[in-house]
Amino acid sequence: MLDKTGIAKRIAKEVQDSYYVNLGIGIPTLVANYVRDDIEVEFQSENGVLGMGPFPFDGEEDADIINAGKQTITTLPGASFFDSAMSFSMIRGQHVHLTILGAMEVAENGDIANWKIPGKMVKGMGGAMDLVASAENIIVAMMHTNRAGASKLLKKCSLPLTGVGCVKKIVTNLAVLEVTEKGFKLLERAPGVTVEEIKQATEGTLIVEGDIPEMNI
Amino acid sequence: MINKKVNAVSDAVKGISDNMTFMLGGFGLSGIPENAIAALVKSGIKGLTCISNNAGVDDFGLGLLLQQKQIKKMVSSYVGENDEFERQMLSGELDVELIPQGTLAERCRAAQAGFPAIYTPAGYGTEVAEGKETREFDGKMYVLEHAFKADFAFVKAWKGDAAGNLIFKGTARNFNPVMCGAATITVAEVEELVPVGELDPNQIHIPGIFVQRIFQGEKYEKRIEQRTVRTRE
Repeated sequence: MLDKTGIAKRIAKEVQDSYYVNLGIGIPTLVANYVRDDIEVEFQSENGVLGMGPFPFDGEEDADIINAGKQTITTLPGASFFDSAMSFSMIRGQHVHLTILGAMEVAENGDIANWKIPGKMVKGMGGAMDLVASAENIIVAMMHTNRAGASKLLKKCSLPLTGVGCVKKIVTNLAVLEVTEKGFKLLERAPGVTVEEIKQATEGTLIVEGDIPEMNI
Repeated sequence: MINKKVNAVSDAVKGISDNMTFMLGGFGLSGIPENAIAALVKSGIKGLTCISNNAGVDDFGLGLLLQQKQIKKMVSSYVGENDEFERQMLSGELDVELIPQGTLAERCRAAQAGFPAIYTPAGYGTEVAEGKETREFDGKMYVLEHAFKADFAFVKAWKGDAAGNLIFKGTARNFNPVMCGAATITVAEVEELVPVGELDPNQIHIPGIFVQRIFQGEKYEKRIEQRTVRTRE
């Protein structure tokens, strides 16, 4: 089974040379730490920066340079700043190649819910609805089950949707899965996790074809 | 040169009154019009509709207006990190319209640019699209979203001049440029008001035509919400 860092490490392998990538808050933010260093990638943050670097050194933080999680950041050579409309032009116009974000639920048809729990949590969708409606390639990073142990990979989402039919791939603590017309296709198992355990933790249709390899992280 | 300069924040907010709709720039606490917000708090006006990506924190930014119960309705994309906000929303005292961040930006920009509405794919198939017109273009579904209408836009820039020209810094730019000229009156506050002619016309982010009033702000706190640092090796 993977921890959050493990999920980030596995997703980092999906990032290819010359990609512009938007990382959501939480596990996705960690992905930046594990991208191969022999490729060129630029990270976009929807509050208005392309070419994000690591967190600043203590004492060098600047209130005017933050990411969408409101964390202080730095920029790398070649970076740029822009306004919110231009930022979402990059996203809506599909100039950003890959979006990695977290989710509360994903359905087998690619629907995603990650912004609201009626009566409990209403923080808002931020940029998530724009990102999932437009990105060509969306990878969800999340735990396979919620804190109560219930599956987060469902036949149909129970929470209010963020977007419809948009998720392409999911990396969880147990598995890598692809969203297909017939359901969740199991691609890889996390180290030490059996196909049976993944079946148990998946409420939606799970497609298992042939031997399922263990992830190589 | 048409002079937009006013000498004090009190002159900059002249004309504000109860039940108006305001746009306020900023992302989190970065790039918020601190001086204008302080003036709005001091004015005591009520029943406001505020269009702003976030709602501040309990004791800063728009949180200050919320504490005084001056806001009737918030139009935002993300409102976490504010207990008083949550309390007022759950008790029904505060009306909240949550909309996708890109839609928020584009509804401002549409108002600025003279478009009555725009089509966006964001929110299609979700509760955000309920009751709204939808349309298919090239096999993909889009939602019709209308331009905002606002009485005042309060924005904050890094540098500006009396002609109303603005230059922003870093990610404090965010929603500020798209709100300029998107309301009846745009009020810009700047960290540094420089003599006309000093700013390079090639480097202007927002031309003065979009700004009605500009003033030199003071005592910027520039609070950091999530101070994240790494240690030197």
